[in-house]
Amino acid sequence: MSGLMEQMSAKALKLNIPLSVQLDLTYRCNERCVHCYLDHDDHGEMTTAEIKHLLDEMADAGVFILTLSGGEIFLRKDFFELLEHARRLMFCVKLKTNAVLIRERQAARLRDLGVESIQISIYSHRPEVHDAITLIPGSLKRSVDAIRFLKAQGLKVIIANVLMTQNMHDYPGVRDLAAELGVECTLDPTITPMMDGNRSVLDLGVDQTGLRQVFRDTALVGDVEEFCAIPAQPGEDDLDATPCSAGHTACYVSPYGEVFPCVQFPLPTGNVRQQRFVDIWRHSDQMNDVRSIRVKDLTTCPSCTHISNCTRCPGLAYLEGNMRGPSSQDCGKSFARTGVPSANMLAKQRAGLNPLQGNSGSLNLVQIRALPSLSGATV
Amino acid sequence: MSKLYMARNPRVAARSLDGEMMIMSGRDSTLFTLNKTATILWQAADGATPLDEIVEHRICPEFEVEPAEALHDAETLARELASHEILQISDEPIALANSSSGVSR
Repeated sequence: MSGLMEQMSAKALKLNIPLSVQLDLTYRCNERCVHCYLDHDDHGEMTTAEIKHLLDEMADAGVFILTLSGGEIFLRKDFFELLEHARRLMFCVKLKTNAVLIRERQAARLRDLGVESIQISIYSHRPEVHDAITLIPGSLKRSVDAIRFLKAQGLKVIIANVLMTQNMHDYPGVRDLAAELGVECTLDPTITPMMDGNRSVLDLGVDQTGLRQVFRDTALVGDVEEFCAIPAQPGEDDLDATPCSAGHTACYVSPYGEVFPCVQFPLPTGNVRQQRFVDIWRHSDQMNDVRSIRVKDLTTCPSCTHISNCTRCPGLAYLEGNMRGPSSQDCGKSFARTGVPSANMLAKQRAGLNPLQGNSGSLNLVQIRALPSLSGATV
Repeated sequence: MSKLYMARNPRVAARSLDGEMMIMSGRDSTLFTLNKTATILWQAADGATPLDEIVEHRICPEFEVEPAEALHDAETLARELASHEILQISDEPIALANSSSGVSR
């Protein structure tokens, strides 16, 4: 994050402004990815008018960065109408899509509407691997063609490479593909439990051996010694810190109007069909509960070696049963990186449990997310 | 002296954060914050009102500054904002497409 963006985030945090929102327009999808956490039926999506009204409310509340995601956003027949409305409100709009439905015409329209970036899921550079994950023959070619169309329009494209057992060895090929296409590439080995609570998809996650390999790949992490170093003792600031931006400067809205702290933190806080967005943001008891948590308030974690640089996700902790508890997936990540077990792992070991097992399912592992490359200036 | 007209570039993203205007460039995602004068210019940049009127009605009363000096400074600032593709400037009124007129909040 740029210095100026950090300043703006700090200001938004102080003023209790939701600077960034992910809005899923639909859970319907034209792919059937084996690891997906969504069901793809329409249970009553917000109408065009409802979403436009929500966008108005979000602009009034101070939302600046708007990520439109799904499901597959281009399955909404009103997608461009909604995008046009969002850009008229001057949101910084980021899209997440599989891009299968983007051709030259759609790419040109996205350019005209001033979309900031388009993130596209690519699982492998090999069709037999990518298409076996999406379960749609020809999907890799369609997505890569779309990237070329978007690049031809001068748009910023980011390839999102979710890492799992099926494609574990293909990430260098995806990075090469990204370089050939002239686009950024992020790697994310996080598999999220399904919305209905089914955690069987977690079995697709990369194991510790794979993770250790990823964390020691200089092409990904730079200085391996530094990246895998055992962290310094935590200071007062580390313990007084907030766990992440979820509920503090960011939140998530589902296609049905439900508001959650984050897409990966499905704690219900309200529904924009019943309340104004800003009222949920400011006054929801659940949102304020999330906001009240400081690192020192967590169970187990404050005494952990990794606390000063742990990537603990409160949403994944919530999905394990306690948003103030540890996230076993992130414990696994810290362990794979440093070889030092977390306080949570040691406690489980003492209790005779598998130290790398989440409370409600098997271990899935890490996330490495690239931050947007934003430079800053004041005029 | 010819008139100068300004319009908000429809390719940028913008939001006021407690009175401080954040602008993200549509060209390269560079983030800017505007000072008070630049914010006034941004908010008044409707493509139809010439800069000298904006200076007379919006800037001079705010800063108690001589009109000629204020206009000179404002024009310099407008051209700088245009160089960053935050504003579009022209010596003729700028017609805005409905879909890209931008609602500044």
